[in-house]
Amino acid sequence: MVAMSGGVDSSVAAALLLEAGYEVVGVTMKLWGGPSDTGCCAVSDVDDARRVADRLGVEHHVFNFGDDFERDVVGPYVADHAAGRTPNPCIECNRHLKFDRLLRRADALGFSMIATGHHARVVATVDGPRIGRGADIAKDQSYVLHMLDEAVLRRLLFPLGHMTKAEVRRIAAELALRTAAKPESQDVCFITNQHGREAFLGDRIGLKPGVVVDRAGATVGRVDSVELVTVGQRKGLGLAGGADPHYVIDVDPKSSTVTVGTAEDRLVEVTPLESWVWTGEAVSGDVELQCSAHGKPASGEVVNGFVRWRGEHRRIAPGQSVVAYRGDLVIGGGIAARAAHAALPQ
Amino acid sequence: MVRTEAQAAWVAAAQAHHANPTGAHKAARDARRALDDARDLIASLIGRAPAEVVFTSGGSEADNLAVRGVLAARGGTAVCSAGEHHAVLEPVEHAGGSTVGLDDMGRVTPEALAATLGATDDVSVVSIIAVNNETGAVNDLPALAQVVREHAPGALFHTDAVQALSWIDLAAAVADVDMVSITGHKVGGPIGTGALFVRSGIELEAQILGGGQERGRRAGTPDVAGAVAFAAAVEATVERRDSEVVRLRELRDRLVDGLVDRLGSVVAPTLLGKGHDSQVAAGIAHLCLDGVEAEALLFLLDAQGLRASAASSCSSGAQDPSHVLAAMGVPRELALGSLRLSLGHSSTPGDISAALEIIPPAVERLLSHGGG
Repeated sequence: MVAMSGGVDSSVAAALLLEAGYEVVGVTMKLWGGPSDTGCCAVSDVDDARRVADRLGVEHHVFNFGDDFERDVVGPYVADHAAGRTPNPCIECNRHLKFDRLLRRADALGFSMIATGHHARVVATVDGPRIGRGADIAKDQSYVLHMLDEAVLRRLLFPLGHMTKAEVRRIAAELALRTAAKPESQDVCFITNQHGREAFLGDRIGLKPGVVVDRAGATVGRVDSVELVTVGQRKGLGLAGGADPHYVIDVDPKSSTVTVGTAEDRLVEVTPLESWVWTGEAVSGDVELQCSAHGKPASGEVVNGFVRWRGEHRRIAPGQSVVAYRGDLVIGGGIAARAAHAALPQ
Repeated sequence: MVRTEAQAAWVAAAQAHHANPTGAHKAARDARRALDDARDLIASLIGRAPAEVVFTSGGSEADNLAVRGVLAARGGTAVCSAGEHHAVLEPVEHAGGSTVGLDDMGRVTPEALAATLGATDDVSVVSIIAVNNETGAVNDLPALAQVVREHAPGALFHTDAVQALSWIDLAAAVADVDMVSITGHKVGGPIGTGALFVRSGIELEAQILGGGQERGRRAGTPDVAGAVAFAAAVEATVERRDSEVVRLRELRDRLVDGLVDRLGSVVAPTLLGKGHDSQVAAGIAHLCLDGVEAEALLFLLDAQGLRASAASSCSSGAQDPSHVLAAMGVPRELALGSLRLSLGHSSTPGDISAALEIIPPAVERLLSHGGG
């Protein structure tokens, strides 16, 4: 079963599996958009997936996982913002929808494997299967797949893991797939460009204005919506110009307070974690830790629910994933928690 | 499946009549004659006058023309049941109209309709489905028409009878109904054919403007071959309806009994047609399978060549939970397991045996996998 979003990557993934001799069925998950099919999971994307499947000569089905998506992705996304965190809904969609709900559906329907068009590899190691970085480093998606455990990895195929995006597009063009030149999907899929994050969250939680204070507690600026502020953010804080750059180091929606600090205040020695999971055995000592989809990894040790950085590291916005690598392989991952006030540098 | 007589009539008419029936030449007059013969035949089969027939592209267009055409001509408010086909529900809701809830058998009661009409000002059109397309629930149109006359005397009464034509004596049921929608493909005619019957004297604003065809109520070159095939399908349906209802009810009951035998309490009992002969259409078996995801079940059934439905398909092809079941008060979790098995003129005892071979193992497989 190939998850086909209607984009070029999953189109080519299906084509490559077919060529490799697999018996392929294409599936598009309808996650959002309501009965009118507006916004993400738009009819045009489903049409693209269906017509690519037609072109390849494979069956295509649409599964409505809207309830699951609302419960496991959209709801937590909204709650995270309300709590002053910075969620990554794509990671939660991978965790709960693509590699859980869809996999369970595939089991129920008798499919042995599922495949997606992610730029990542499943690498067999002596310790078991691991997620490896995609060959196209600029497109590598291993970071957003860090949560996959060995049981899932044994059922998973990433046909594009060894290819560059340019090669993917070339194959799509050679096969005359209508998605060959389709632009990349951008941003959070369930938030439309038209209305934006502010309107979306505003409808659901009601955004509150907040004060911006420095570390001494003096008011230095104001924000319209404290729930939209991210740790590390520099602009849009209503700060007076001319001074040294200031960055957000803490967001507290309960008191509607955003705390800013200098470039030096951004740096921490430890980052608290929640829900850390090692893919295999726990690893002690330093590992390479990556804190954004294509960020530069830094060294640190994961111990007792904290990352202890080798040297200092920029604060990680609570809700963002921290992923551990050894070489090109993902060996664990978790989510940054909000630093307790005591953990703020004094 | 297209009936053989409809297909033969369709092909013959398409070959014989390629002229525009509104033209003046001989070929056009021949086409006009074929179109009017079809109009006369359909009208007589439903007990209406030929001038009442407005040919449309199907049930949705007929429903839209009825609701929107009246609102555009007369203003006022529209009222319909909460279990209508979307082709009625959407126009009514779009115009800010009101809906009437369903009872637990999926019907509109006279009391509920009276209450809604009593609470709504300036009602100009009321639309109640004759036989529900998902559940097969049969509404008592004469009784409901009486309620409309009493509680909203200025309103027109419309029914979507798309599903009903195969199962009930429609001419009798709609004797006191102002406008009636039917469609060809539900009776073995071509997809893309339909009609709205409009009682004479009713002011209706066309929703498609152009050359003034269909007495100014629906512009566009008439589909002569479609109308001829549609009429042939309606004729075959009405002629054989009494015997087909008996035959298909027996097959439907065999199917339902067999499923209950195999699956027991997984089959939600209140939604079965069996035992409610006058209230549920003979050829529709609507079940809710507790703990099963209909979408997964349809996949497994399709893989074995069994074509079933759940609720209604949205335009992406995904399954959406049924608004009809929601209006009946069926819990959402149970409604996610809805399965609609429709029988028709081509159904055979062998089909029922095959369905009973295919469905229970598929349901059991899903139950052993968390529902699918």
